[in-house]
Amino acid sequence: MGFILRRLGFYLVAFWASITLNFMLPRLMPGDPVTRMLSRSQQRLDPQQVESLQRLLGVEGGPWWQEYFAYIGRVFTGDFGVSISRFPTPVSEVIAAQLPWTLLLGAVSLFLAVVIGNLLGILAAWRRGGALDSVVPPLLVFIGSFPYFWLAMGSLYVFGVTLGISPLRHAFSVGLTPSWDLTFIFDVAAHLILPALSIVLVSIGGWMLGMRNTMISTNAEDYILMAEAKGLRPRRIMFNYAARNALLPSVTNIGMSLGFIVGGALLTEVVFAYPGVGYQLLAAVQGLDYPLMQGLFLTITAAVLLANFLVDLVYVRLDPRVRVG
Amino acid sequence: MALAPPAPTSTGTSGPQPGRASLRFLRALGRNGKAVAGLAILATFIALALLAPVLFPEDPSRIGSGGASAPGAEHWLGTTAKGQDVLALTVWGSRSSLFVGVIAGILATIVGIIVGLACAYFGKAVDDVLSLLTNVFLLLPGLPLLVILAAFMPPGLGTVIIVLVITGWAGNARVLRSQALSIRGKDYVAAALVTGERPLRIMLREILPNMASIVMTTLLGSVIGAIGAQAGLEFLGLGDANTISWGTNLFWASTDGSLMLGQWWIFAPSGLAIALVAFALAMCNYAVDEITNPRLRKPRRAASANAPTAVTQGAQA
Repeated sequence: MGFILRRLGFYLVAFWASITLNFMLPRLMPGDPVTRMLSRSQQRLDPQQVESLQRLLGVEGGPWWQEYFAYIGRVFTGDFGVSISRFPTPVSEVIAAQLPWTLLLGAVSLFLAVVIGNLLGILAAWRRGGALDSVVPPLLVFIGSFPYFWLAMGSLYVFGVTLGISPLRHAFSVGLTPSWDLTFIFDVAAHLILPALSIVLVSIGGWMLGMRNTMISTNAEDYILMAEAKGLRPRRIMFNYAARNALLPSVTNIGMSLGFIVGGALLTEVVFAYPGVGYQLLAAVQGLDYPLMQGLFLTITAAVLLANFLVDLVYVRLDPRVRVG
Repeated sequence: MALAPPAPTSTGTSGPQPGRASLRFLRALGRNGKAVAGLAILATFIALALLAPVLFPEDPSRIGSGGASAPGAEHWLGTTAKGQDVLALTVWGSRSSLFVGVIAGILATIVGIIVGLACAYFGKAVDDVLSLLTNVFLLLPGLPLLVILAAFMPPGLGTVIIVLVITGWAGNARVLRSQALSIRGKDYVAAALVTGERPLRIMLREILPNMASIVMTTLLGSVIGAIGAQAGLEFLGLGDANTISWGTNLFWASTDGSLMLGQWWIFAPSGLAIALVAFALAMCNYAVDEITNPRLRKPRRAASANAPTAVTQGAQA
């Protein structure tokens, strides 16, 4: 219990830090984003847009701490102001419409990468020097060296443009309306394959090598030798004795890798015009939509922190030492 | 953790020993296939980057006639939609990409070393505060943080470097802190403390040299991270639009729609270049790991009596 509370406190501090960063950035930076915005955007700004910007930049007046507490209050009520590129939709509504797609893409690719990567790592470590141990890791490291978005571009070019066997853009076909019927679900899955595949391919190498290296240490433990001496079946030793004990660092790594997966998902979405948060982020950057950028940053941060907390809960379940300590 | 050999023996006065150790390290690098491959690729790219003004003296971003032509005799890698030579853009792009990646990687490693050493040496409140800061920065998702930092700061190469350092230092600090912490507990550090060495001297002369291999892998890792992050940032259009780099090349390729038009030669080279450099650095990284951590080395003989994996292999066959 103490562990969980401490982690919770830590996540709150982290979230507070990101809110504070968000608050300070526009106020500290040299140059004025408003003038930059006005010079870049040819269209006239509505009073409501100007107000949204002013709130963001703290031109409201009053001492800074008053603004600061007002800002924190607004964040916790989900009020990030009004989007400028998608005026007059509130930022929170823009994000709410996009977030589920990013969550779907991120969760599917994380799940596949973790499961396949760890399995490959277990098998590679079990047969040191075998084909899986010597050929696959360098290959995966090479694939993992590509930028997420470049691999996405490449797969879109090969499978989408040249071969024409996969959809080119968006998360579902034009004309379909989101519902829970089978045609729609299959359609979404078909659109999900390539973006998810490019993220999985890039990130799988890290999982495999991490698991392989932990497994090599675990394989040298006495209890493995003991299990072998008892004459247990190799499969049982591999999964129930070695892999089970080597899995713990992988669980911690899930928390650490969430940020990378999110980053990869954002860039991949841009390539596939996948209607998630990342695609919106690009639009925000191009339209100099500062309120939307900040809202996206805070939402993504909150999601990552929440997911980390869930990982902690799993960790407590898996490692009794944490519960006692 | 396996350390470089000269670790526990002397307290600073050893002249020749570090030299001999690094020589032995270099020789081990030369024998390691991964290291040789990685260093060869890196050397090629560095040579290309240095020779760019000689190989392609014209301004590579000059807009020419005859846009988006496929690779041929005149333009080996074809031209972009604006009629620029893709090969020239790629070679010139290596200058900015390598420069920013290396500088940001070095700076992020230095910040990581400072924070890690301070945490390990001073402990207590300093460690608590700096560790908290490190962990917070580790948790914040990198790309969104990069985006809001880059969006608010005045555009330019300096901004890109600063932003990459801000998002990149925390991971290094964490790794280096835990390594420094274990060295901090060694007897020779206690001995140096008792002899009344100054804190800075203990940190730099007693602790730091003994974690050289970790510092090296950290540095290589952060250069990889910085090159990738820079490319991502520029791909989103947040880099310095005036410089030519692999990231901006990809940005223009995507903006000009070369993907949908099937012009693979425009976007393929820059991505391949990023991947090759990152791969080469990763290979060097694994080589350093293997040389300094004997456990990861490939077993020379196929089977030895007490190796557990070998026993099970026999059982499975």
